[in-house]
Amino acid sequence: MYSDTPIAGPYAHERTSVSRIMVLVVLALLPATLFSLWQFGWPAIFLFLITVGTCLVAEAACLRAAEKPLRPSLLDGSALLTGWLLAMSLPPWAPWWIGVLGGLIAIVVAKQVFGGIGQNLFNPAMVARVALLISFPAELTRYVAPAPLFSPQAPGFGEGLAITFGLDGSDMVTGATLLGQVRTELGQGHPLPDILPGIYQPWSDAVGTLAGSMGETSALLLLLGGLFLLSQRVITWHIPVATIATLALAATLMNLYDPAHYPDALYHLVGGATLLAAFFIATDPVTSPISPRGQLIFGAGLGVLIYSIRTWAGYPEGVAFAIVLMNTCTPLIDHYVRPRIYGRDRKGAPIEYADDADAEVTR
Amino acid sequence: MKLFNIRGGVHPEDRKHLAADQAIEDLPLAPLLHVALQQHIGNAATPAVRRGQQVAKGELLGTGQGPISAPVHAPTSGRIMGIGSFPAHHVSGLSVRTITLQPDGKDQWLEGIEGVPDPFALDPDEIAARVAAAGIVGMGGATFPSAVKLNLRKKYRLHTLVINGAECEPYLTCDDRLMREHTAQVLDGARIMAHALGVTQIIIAIENNKPQAQAAMTGAAADSPAVRVAGLPMRYPMGSEKHLVQTLTGRETPARGLTADIGVVVHNPATAFAVHQALRLGWPLVSRLVTVSGGAITRPRNLRVPLGTPVQQLIDYCGGFREEPTRLISGGPMMGNPLPGTRVPIVKGSNGVLALTAEEVNAQAAAPCIRCANCVAACPCGLLPLQMAAHARAGDLDGTVRLGLMDCIGCGSCSYVCPAHIPLVQFFNYAKGEMAARGRAKQKQAETKRLIEQRTARIEAIQQAKREAMAARKRESAGKPPAQTPADRRAEA
Ligand code: SF4
Ligand code: SF4
Repeated sequence: MYSDTPIAGPYAHERTSVSRIMVLVVLALLPATLFSLWQFGWPAIFLFLITVGTCLVAEAACLRAAEKPLRPSLLDGSALLTGWLLAMSLPPWAPWWIGVLGGLIAIVVAKQVFGGIGQNLFNPAMVARVALLISFPAELTRYVAPAPLFSPQAPGFGEGLAITFGLDGSDMVTGATLLGQVRTELGQGHPLPDILPGIYQPWSDAVGTLAGSMGETSALLLLLGGLFLLSQRVITWHIPVATIATLALAATLMNLYDPAHYPDALYHLVGGATLLAAFFIATDPVTSPISPRGQLIFGAGLGVLIYSIRTWAGYPEGVAFAIVLMNTCTPLIDHYVRPRIYGRDRKGAPIEYADDADAEVTR
Repeated sequence: MKLFNIRGGVHPEDRKHLAADQAIEDLPLAPLLHVALQQHIGNAATPAVRRGQQVAKGELLGTGQGPISAPVHAPTSGRIMGIGSFPAHHVSGLSVRTITLQPDGKDQWLEGIEGVPDPFALDPDEIAARVAAAGIVGMGGATFPSAVKLNLRKKYRLHTLVINGAECEPYLTCDDRLMREHTAQVLDGARIMAHALGVTQIIIAIENNKPQAQAAMTGAAADSPAVRVAGLPMRYPMGSEKHLVQTLTGRETPARGLTADIGVVVHNPATAFAVHQALRLGWPLVSRLVTVSGGAITRPRNLRVPLGTPVQQLIDYCGGFREEPTRLISGGPMMGNPLPGTRVPIVKGSNGVLALTAEEVNAQAAAPCIRCANCVAACPCGLLPLQMAAHARAGDLDGTVRLGLMDCIGCGSCSYVCPAHIPLVQFFNYAKGEMAARGRAKQKQAETKRLIEQRTARIEAIQQAKREAMAARKRESAGKPPAQTPADRRAEA
């Protein structure tokens, strides 16, 4: 029934397309990405290119294998975006094969096996990230403190190659992420007031000088990107607001209950990949609910899960797990939460008015 | 005036500037007029003239049949050239019964046509009867016989008449021009309709992209407190009857119901104008305003067109095509339909002829759905277009209906915003068509079943009678009463 010249209207169309949406998302990610690449230097740039490249090649190979046309699917930008988001969720100095493996998992296992764009149940980038984290915990938790490109501490081009391609991984100066470090120290019985002052300055950290994955560095630039997406109406406010509000609420409540062990809301927002998740990953249309109310539930669930995993489970950062878990709920949410149909009540019966025709037009 | 919000909707580029400043012009008579016998919802009219007959302007050409129908009249004076089939003003291009009239150029009205001095002295029934006799139908494109709508007062408690001047479809400006140039007549028609409906309150609702029409109407209605002009926000589909009423009253029309259920009747300004002419002048509906526009039209215009004029005549008058159009549309771009060609005649429901360029139509090959939910956000009816389309595509008609197919007004907002360019409305139209076919089949089945049952009952009755007669004879001859029960008797048989 698909036809290039449908008989039915409308005979006008908004200037929009799938690739336009993807381009806007990439544009929104660009400032945070460039900043992170600058912060982490050549190894990060190599890893980024490898991850994105793998995704594109894998997409093309799968399409060819399935005998689907290459051009429309490659040009829609979805594989590019998957690779991009995956790269941003990896430790910037991870070895090359992490990027390749991640890209293959994301595109082949998490997307094309399900039937390609629009069919996947889980966010491909997050599936890859979870799979990598479980299989290679060491590589996935080895973080470095930022060393801006061309600064004295930063590795040069050659050193960068060596780091990424594993010739020189051993003497890497490694560090933990903010969330990881705090978790470790809390585990050792130190109270928060002793831990935080040395490693965490909320406002400068928001700008992006924390150790972490590329997408965890600059909360501020990610927030700007998210606002841009909202202004372009690529995403709606429901998921980001619900996620952030729930996470902040949970953090605030626990912080009030016991400030020595539970950091406040701001810490949870600038630390980790909260904003990247709230604006860019959870809003992935394919794997999130379609109705506004469903999206609110989805976001709220995500906020609770992120907080719980960070606070009580075995991993310092819970974003990827939380998203994959909530993705499994999406079909259920979509089944039960539907908009009310015009002229009907929530149960689907035609609306009845008690006062019949006495509805006066308000002046 | 306080307005209420409606859900969803889209903001298509309105492109009304193309024709909005063009004053109404009379289109010269075409050499032949093709007056279709069905230009309305309901039964087709039956011819009331013979081939070769000379008719005057306004003379009856076809009589309405049954309660939902409308007559058609001669758009000008001339000779009946024939009654036959002619391509319809419909996407299918199928031929329908049409009366062909050759104008004699005199454009002479039928003698004895005259209006009523004071329509407000008439009984509402009398007004409705005159509206029916004038062949007036909903001129916003719905073409539902207006008299039937005027008679709603008998079944519903009504309080307000809304004149729907939203004209939310892009390009179309004929209602705008009408309200600007024939303000008093439109208002008078509205008042007559209000009288016929037995309501006092009239709201003339006009979108904010027509400030001149708003000003004209406000000025004309200044001295009557019962008439108010509402400035509607610009949003498609503001002109959808049910959504318009919700904007004005805050109430949704119950599903499967009419706006009359909540006390409101909606008519189009062009219908009001036609009612004015029918009552004040006695003129039947023989012409209408048509916007000819689109990027492929050399000189977009608003024309007064005798019904039955071939579309080609309008296009020629507007300087022809500036470039080959990708689409030739009857009506607006959102809900209009493609024209099968330029030979087809203008009918009572044609408010626009649009020749659109590829750039304007912006069609692209459909891509897979990315579940972006743009369609969900755009749907003014709270539906899930992507899911409805998925079910329709899989052939699961029941699933589509469960999701609310029958509540879809076909506005096209969902298709308009879909980044994957999926022809959602096409799926829905297809599914609705299937449902209608199913309904017809069911009806037919029920009818057949009824006939069979009747026949069985008849045969049974005859046999029963025969048996009884036989039993009676036996009784007579044997002289003893029957010992068997009817059931036993049937078992024997
Ligand atoms: S707008 Fe199109 S792509 Fe988006 S969810 Fe609806 S049908 Fe799918
Ligand atoms: S065409 Fe139907 S489904 Fe689509 S937006 Fe309009 S009412 Fe909703």
